[in-house]
Amino acid sequence: MDVRERTYEEKITEFEARIARGEKIEPGDWMPDEYRKQLIRMIGQHAHSEIVGMLPEGKWIPHAPGFRRKLTLIAKVQDEAGHGQLLYRAAETLGKSREEMLEELLEGKAKYSNVFNYPTPTWADVGMIGWLVDGAAVVNQRMIAKSSYGPYARAMKRICFEESFHIKQGQDLLIKMVYGTEEQKQMAQDALNRWWHPTLMMLGMPDSDSPHLEKLKRWGVKVKTNDELRQEFIDLVVPQLKSVGLNPPDDNLYYDEKTGHWHFTEPDYNELKRVIKGDGPCNKERMEARRKAHEEGRWVRQALAVAKHKREAPAV
Amino acid sequence: MNKNEAIQTYLLALADDELILGHRDAEWTGHAPLIEEDIAFSNIAQDEIGHAQALLRIYESLGGNDPDTMGFLRDADEFTCCHFVQMPKGDWAYTIVRQFFFDAAEIIRLRYLKNSTYELIRELAAKIYPEEQYHLLHTQGNVERLGDATEESRRRMQRAVDEAFEQALGLFEKIPGEDVLIDEKIIPDSRTLEAEWLQFVTPVLKRSGLQSPVIETNGTVESNVEPLYGGRQKKHTEHLHKIIEDMQKVYRMIPGAKW
Repeated sequence: MDVRERTYEEKITEFEARIARGEKIEPGDWMPDEYRKQLIRMIGQHAHSEIVGMLPEGKWIPHAPGFRRKLTLIAKVQDEAGHGQLLYRAAETLGKSREEMLEELLEGKAKYSNVFNYPTPTWADVGMIGWLVDGAAVVNQRMIAKSSYGPYARAMKRICFEESFHIKQGQDLLIKMVYGTEEQKQMAQDALNRWWHPTLMMLGMPDSDSPHLEKLKRWGVKVKTNDELRQEFIDLVVPQLKSVGLNPPDDNLYYDEKTGHWHFTEPDYNELKRVIKGDGPCNKERMEARRKAHEEGRWVRQALAVAKHKREAPAV
Repeated sequence: MNKNEAIQTYLLALADDELILGHRDAEWTGHAPLIEEDIAFSNIAQDEIGHAQALLRIYESLGGNDPDTMGFLRDADEFTCCHFVQMPKGDWAYTIVRQFFFDAAEIIRLRYLKNSTYELIRELAAKIYPEEQYHLLHTQGNVERLGDATEESRRRMQRAVDEAFEQALGLFEKIPGEDVLIDEKIIPDSRTLEAEWLQFVTPVLKRSGLQSPVIETNGTVESNVEPLYGGRQKKHTEHLHKIIEDMQKVYRMIPGAKW
């Protein structure tokens, strides 16, 4: 039967049935406008987070102590650029160009992860971003790898693979500090205190405050809820941290034998709302850095476009 | 200076060039004009810093300190890098031109070092050579594309060449102890390298619509500017002091700490 002859009701029934069967939706397939819009928004935000996320750690590249740390950190931040590139490409399959998405980011119309609006005052923050932020990202991304949009799900597989290295690098960096001098250990604990709540917030608003959740789940955009992801992350990371003597800053953190989960104090979601709206400690700084790079690089992008045109032009 | 000391001095000069330029290149990580260049320059930075580390390992095998000690606990006025690599990253045009000049010099030097009579240098040169070929492919391609694209790109690229040319010649400042090693065919003569470098870069610049300060007579190319020397004699710019301070900040923060 020709797709064009069918009613919207029929098309969406078939679309939802495909998702229920676990099939992937591919770029040329029919999809509801809202699905397309939600995915462009999500993938775009994800791509922006990778690109903005290069800044807080990138700041420490000039100061990384020793050859190994310096090389590892450059490689890590480079990976984030690669993830951004991959994700912009995935979003482009839905009909929006990278340049458009970047302009929206710089105009403050597009969002990126709250977590990159926090400062990185010490070397230990580099490790904590790897351990916690990348740790939480992998929990989220493993879910997305199972989501319904093919290009996004496939991009996630590769990204998760690289992110799991980043987590190990972060752990390695911090373990060295924890078993180093008193001052080093304190630096590691201070960094944990700084990153704990922003990382918990990074997994999104609580389910009770997620109006689109039901539809996003039905369409396979989200396979798990934010609260489920947060608990999964806590259960994973708390024993890891405790095993090396690092303690999350939560007096009500305990293992609940009955539920088999760690009980924790929810972060302040009003802070999350504020930071996402643009009022976090480093929003301005991050956007200024991105804007500067974008503006200063404009002549290069223009020149390369002209050069490409010249090359492709037929010889006269 | 005996042969061993001369080899160590030579290795150190090359390693310092690589480390400092790699440090500069990585300043673009997160700030490049397009994501593809973020990735490319982060890659080049890692390669250069990796080369420095490898050169310092040979230095260590000759009885010197380990790479981290040499890179992260040595004072700025003990470094022997040329001024060229110390200069601030400038705009993208300067970065591309500097990296192109450096890569060209590297390729030419490595062609000789691949045939060095000194085994460790010969082996390392063979390993590094293909990486530098990739760098050169990338930077030369960019010089050719940007040199002749738009009014602005031409202006910026020409300014970068004007600025970088005399600095780049500093790569060929004689390294103390060179003569001993040249006689034993361990390394090439800096004068030979400079001549070949001029022969190589001049036509590339010309093809890219860029002028270079050279005099060409009967197929030979000579520089028409005074080279910027001093680095090999440990006389440095204030930029190096700032780089070393930044680079060693954490490493030196807590006495005895391991990172």
